Amino acid sequence: MAFLEFNNISKGYPGVQALSGISFSVEKGAVHGLMGENGAGKSTLIRVLSGDQSADTGSILLDSEEQNYRSVRDAFHAGVIVIHQELQLVPELTVAENLWLGRFPGKAGIIDSRTLVETVRARLEEIGIDVDPTAKVSALSIGARQMVEIAKAVMLEARVIALDEPTSSLSSRESEILFSLIERLKTKGTVILYVSHRLDEIFRLCDSLTVLRDGKLAAHHPKIAETTRDQIIAEMVGREISNIWGWRERPLGPPRLDVNDLSGRKLATPVGFSVRQGEILGFFGLIGAGRSEMARLLYGADHRHNGSVSIDGVTILPNDPKASINAGMVLCPEDRKFDGIIQGRSIEENIAISSRRHFSPLGILSPKKEAAVADRFIAKLRVRTPSRKQDIINLSGGNQQKVILGRWLSEQGVKVLVIDEPTRGIDVGAKSEIYEILYELAASGMAIIVISSELPEVMGISDRILVMCQGRVAADIPRSEFDERRILTAALPDKNAAGTI
Amino acid sequence: MNSLKKLLLGDQGLVVIFAVAFVIVSIFVPNFLTERNMLGLLQSVVTIGIVSCTMMFCLASRDFDLSVGSTVAFSGMIAVMVSNASGSIVLGLLAALLAGSVVGLVNGVVIARFRINALITTLATMQIVRGLALIASDGRAVGINDPAFYQLALSRIFTIPTPIWIMILLFIIFGFVLNRTVFGKNTLAIGGNPEASRLAGVNVVRMRIWIFALQGLVCAIAGILLASRITSGQPNAATGLELSVISACVLGGVSLAGGRAAMTGVIVGVLIMGIAENVMNLLNIQAFYQYVVRGLILLIAVLLDNLRSSAAGRGRG
Repeated sequence: MAFLEFNNISKGYPGVQALSGISFSVEKGAVHGLMGENGAGKSTLIRVLSGDQSADTGSILLDSEEQNYRSVRDAFHAGVIVIHQELQLVPELTVAENLWLGRFPGKAGIIDSRTLVETVRARLEEIGIDVDPTAKVSALSIGARQMVEIAKAVMLEARVIALDEPTSSLSSRESEILFSLIERLKTKGTVILYVSHRLDEIFRLCDSLTVLRDGKLAAHHPKIAETTRDQIIAEMVGREISNIWGWRERPLGPPRLDVNDLSGRKLATPVGFSVRQGEILGFFGLIGAGRSEMARLLYGADHRHNGSVSIDGVTILPNDPKASINAGMVLCPEDRKFDGIIQGRSIEENIAISSRRHFSPLGILSPKKEAAVADRFIAKLRVRTPSRKQDIINLSGGNQQKVILGRWLSEQGVKVLVIDEPTRGIDVGAKSEIYEILYELAASGMAIIVISSELPEVMGISDRILVMCQGRVAADIPRSEFDERRILTAALPDKNAAGTI
Repeated sequence: MNSLKKLLLGDQGLVVIFAVAFVIVSIFVPNFLTERNMLGLLQSVVTIGIVSCTMMFCLASRDFDLSVGSTVAFSGMIAVMVSNASGSIVLGLLAALLAGSVVGLVNGVVIARFRINALITTLATMQIVRGLALIASDGRAVGINDPAFYQLALSRIFTIPTPIWIMILLFIIFGFVLNRTVFGKNTLAIGGNPEASRLAGVNVVRMRIWIFALQGLVCAIAGILLASRITSGQPNAATGLELSVISACVLGGVSLAGGRAAMTGVIVGVLIMGIAENVMNLLNIQAFYQYVVRGLILLIAVLLDNLRSSAAGRGRG
């Protein structure tokens, strides 16, 4: 009998239809898998389920009852709990305190600590979680914390628990413990919605599966045994490659950027590759594959443990952004808002922040030259703004990205451009403008690294693609051999193929 | 109504409020608009005004400095004691400038290099430096031996006392630095978004250290002038100065969240603080009430800042 039903759920954001007409149902006591490429709509669907966002149309039914919750709190009361990748526990409180948080047992504000600990101990034993209720959460491993989150959901009498990429930060032993916990919850009749990129886990745990693609339902498998790995991959891809990319052949020169054995705190396995003059190298990987970490290490934004980066044979030292800029390597960061734009300052200042040192003798600004530089790049990159004095925060995403490009193009002698998620949150028109700029720069001899989680984009504009998976380079594919299925297969983590985690 | 709101919350809102307040006070408070009172008013804000120059940079880069009052007292003390001991005023002044800069440098290194919260760091140095001033003087005021030292504060240029000229000069210098130099723009950029600034090639750590060191140097200038005016080194001088200075800056539209500052705003902020005190003195209002009024002014300033940011935030989508 269907317990959880999604009925024609649609949700749009400005510029993108995240979900359109999603309908499927999950049986009581089933573990249901939810798969899809980056941006397929999984997160949005989970958000709608958790009450964090409300759907534009459609409804969610629990036990045939239509739910009208408007907030995460309402969803809580209806028995729907989502466990996110970033856990929601208070580190400095104990396990028991976390589980009772917000409704401590006791009288007149004095906590009955015996009840507090003992109820939690009993409950943890009942569901088979081996964690000390009096331990501080900060002292627990990530895996144990996740167990505590699940215990919290069970204590709140959750009827539906959604797990978003639960094993992404777990060791294989911790994952095993999680899987047996999921099995036990299943026998209690709890519905588990399991979001994961890992096909082996999906096949092992799930009874049924839904595949999303571009916000639409690509496939629904009520019995997972009746499908295959290859079929699921085929359902996840199969997008139409249109020709909005405008890619064209370019002559490539000698190697421009050489990266050897690059590693750091968030990228343990050394990565090495090189990019030629005029080449656009695409980096693809699922979220968490280590692409942006690689870019930040490359640029010197994060501390490097090992490895060397050289441009035209000259090693960049020291390992900081300033040295990289001086050597001719620049980065347009993934998160424009936090790492890119200087909020509250004008377009002009955002463009000139780095290059002004070239035309400010003794550190004294030359407003005329600065204005001229700003105007030149506003015109060249066609930034749509009434004036260069406009606060950058007032621009659209596409125009902000152009301003950041302008910041780097106004620098002298840029040889390597690293651009992370070049068109995230940017509308289609501005997208192709940005691609054109990239082609033009490549044609002038620049080596360009494009990092993107949108597979069609990486395939559309790159001359070559490096696929990253779990912090390592999983494949190196030239344009002539681009194949969606091959790339996605390389990007999907699979314990059998990739060895240990 | 809407246009009034726009005027008051816009960039020049504070200047408008100031001008209106000035006119009202001039009309209704006897003896306010006289040359003598005006000079007295300016004299009274010299310390706050001078220190506000660099506090503006500190706040604009998202930092905070509570140690300025102690540094002013300490460097004034050093100026007097070294002058007395060496018999050379020049040596005393240099020693004071050095002492102030060292305090600022220590603040900057601890905050930027060792990444300790600025509030905590300067709360600590505020007490340490005050303690040093008390130890050096054994808790007593130290008189000045050479009367030439008084001339720093007493001398006049074109009938206007020298300290006022120095304050005006610093206003001009730091206004220029903020608006027309890479240093000033980088300060605002760091305050606007430190990580983005770092990725854009700004040496954020070095910038922050410089800002604190400058703050210390400028405190020493204020300390010397104060010691000269009160004709002695007082270990308890300038207590609570940090709060007046921060109030003046915030009143002048410097955002505590960083990234927004204007010299004209800070000047007006300083003058508003000065006028409030001056008027209360002229009206013979008991000193105790002045604390209440100063606190209220600060609260109103922060509220205004909040209104202003949310007005600026509107329409950003």
